[in-house]
Amino acid sequence: MKLIILDDYEQVSEWTAKYIRNRIKKFNPGPDRFFTLGLPTGSTPLGCYKKLIEYHKKGEISFQYVKTFNMDEYVGLPRDHPESYHSFMWNNFFKHIDIRAENAHILDGNASNLEKECQDFEAKIKAAGGIELFVGGIGPDGHIAFNEPGSSLVSRTRVKTLAMDTILANARFFDGDLSKVPTMALTVGVGTVMDAREVMILITGSHKAFALYKAIEEGVNHMWTVSAFQQHPQTVFVCDEDATQELRVKTVKYFKGIMDVHNKMVEEP
Amino acid sequence: MPSNKSVSDAPITQFVSCRILKDHRLQWEDLWVREGKILNPEKLFFDEEGFADHKVDCGNKIIAPGFIDVQINGGYGIDFSQASGDIRRGVAQVAKKILEHGVTSFCPTLVTSPPDIYHKVIPELRVQDGGPEGAGILGIHLEGPFISEQKRGAHPPKFLRTFKAGGVADLMETYGHLDNVALVTLAPELANSAAAIRELSGRGIVVSLGHSMADLSQAEEAVQNGAIFITHLFNAMLPFHHRDPGIVGLLTSDRIPPGRMVYYGMIADGIHTHPAALRIAHRAHPAGLVLVTDAVTAMGLPPGQHSLGQQQIDIQGLHAYVAGTTTLSGSIATMDMCVRHFREVSGCTVEAALEAASLHPAQLLGVSNRKGTLEFGTDADFIVLDDTLTVRETYIAGQQVWRK
Repeated sequence: MKLIILDDYEQVSEWTAKYIRNRIKKFNPGPDRFFTLGLPTGSTPLGCYKKLIEYHKKGEISFQYVKTFNMDEYVGLPRDHPESYHSFMWNNFFKHIDIRAENAHILDGNASNLEKECQDFEAKIKAAGGIELFVGGIGPDGHIAFNEPGSSLVSRTRVKTLAMDTILANARFFDGDLSKVPTMALTVGVGTVMDAREVMILITGSHKAFALYKAIEEGVNHMWTVSAFQQHPQTVFVCDEDATQELRVKTVKYFKGIMDVHNKMVEEP
Repeated sequence: MPSNKSVSDAPITQFVSCRILKDHRLQWEDLWVREGKILNPEKLFFDEEGFADHKVDCGNKIIAPGFIDVQINGGYGIDFSQASGDIRRGVAQVAKKILEHGVTSFCPTLVTSPPDIYHKVIPELRVQDGGPEGAGILGIHLEGPFISEQKRGAHPPKFLRTFKAGGVADLMETYGHLDNVALVTLAPELANSAAAIRELSGRGIVVSLGHSMADLSQAEEAVQNGAIFITHLFNAMLPFHHRDPGIVGLLTSDRIPPGRMVYYGMIADGIHTHPAALRIAHRAHPAGLVLVTDAVTAMGLPPGQHSLGQQQIDIQGLHAYVAGTTTLSGSIATMDMCVRHFREVSGCTVEAALEAASLHPAQLLGVSNRKGTLEFGTDADFIVLDDTLTVRETYIAGQQVWRK
């Protein structure tokens, strides 16, 4: 893996956005060659989305030939509910860029047949040629998307019941009222993300520090599903100082020491 | 061109680089319009996989709902209360000119007149949509004749009336028809007014208190019977007194029926109301303020002497005097001037000033589900303003009907 350690959240957002920008530009997508991007929701990627929008408005990047696949969506929440992941993606990303709706894929948590919806999503990813770059975050319990502790490391897109930890973490988006938080979600599986050609995980804040430690310094374990990416050939973890607090000094020093090499990847193309 | 056409294949326009008045705040958001209505772009994206056909760059200006003037007696030499000639053409001329002031809907106002004028004019001034020909008519405002003699202002005394039989009979005998009527101003202290107030409000007509000697308890009783507006607060009513606040006291009355609100019109031309009075009223009851022009025939005419009806008028700046005197003969400020002046003297936010001329009159008239806001699904009647609150463009049903 590459572990990119930056000073703070703003730097993480900028580095990540530049990385994505450069990857898309290098790929040089066109009408018969779309760049497929996996996307997360939540507070962690917000800064990155803002930066991508900024680069788009400056003319540095177009999403016309980018296909996006979001990781998850709540079950049973109306699509236009302000806390649905559809609303999140529209307000924080899609409405500011030039992506066409037919290229933006988000699981439908109100589908009449949820299992079929999950299978269709996997089929869409396959039809698009697989995912070039899957961007994700990490939960305080080490989960990726809604692959809660105990999720199979070879799981596919499916319905999941959310763990109490996740419901508590999400309560702040529902006026702090636990009874209003959805209890089920559709999510890509760990296996689904592992199939991507490259995986990039954003981890910021000291409350994620223990999960980062478990994910990269301990073994591969289905209780900390992000650990699965230790077995992926191209993973990038981007984090801030606060998130490194549970890591060994040796780990941090090593990766900080090679930042020059890492920073070359985000230079202006 | 866009979408899977599941809902409509009508062209979609996206106004970008603008700040729109939404949820009581100016927000950096795009405004989407299709088929004359404000469109929800998120629904368009996810449901229809649609996108805009045209983008209009607003140069970082402000987009607000079009202004609604619920009290305007004429302008540009036209007097709505004169039934001479082609009434509809006269109203249409004014309707077209007020687009320049950002007014997209209005209520042509008739001052106290004899019954035959009402019988003739009311059926001619129909509720109608606006468009390139002019601002839309939301209904007629009948200011009088059931008003107080002592507070008649410039209304002709011989045509004042009282409620003799009480209620419907007097109304119908005087006005003839009540279709197309949106507001009636009356003095609630007149005997037997209660039945008339109930009758009018029962028909969905806004009853407004004005040109009246009523004390607060008479005014409160009128509100309990259905009155919800005050015509040009402070003017043509008893002044506020600390032991009997009169009609002005409705702004802070505790006897307003629950769920109801009293709105009040104010002429913010800097002349008819002292700025300090404007501020007192606004601070006491900000949600109820409705800016009106109460513009008269002389509005819009260039400075100098004009012959209007039986009078000689002398226009100097924003003042219209009876020629050779210092007697004011009515307001000639335009709605956008009133909005700018109100903002300046009250120190209120841009949003509050704009809403006092759009959202609040729409709420007063019960049409805020389609006018006076930029909510999805409402009529795309809006204006583009710069930061000095000068109107630069006016749109009705999504179509540009005027530009500076």
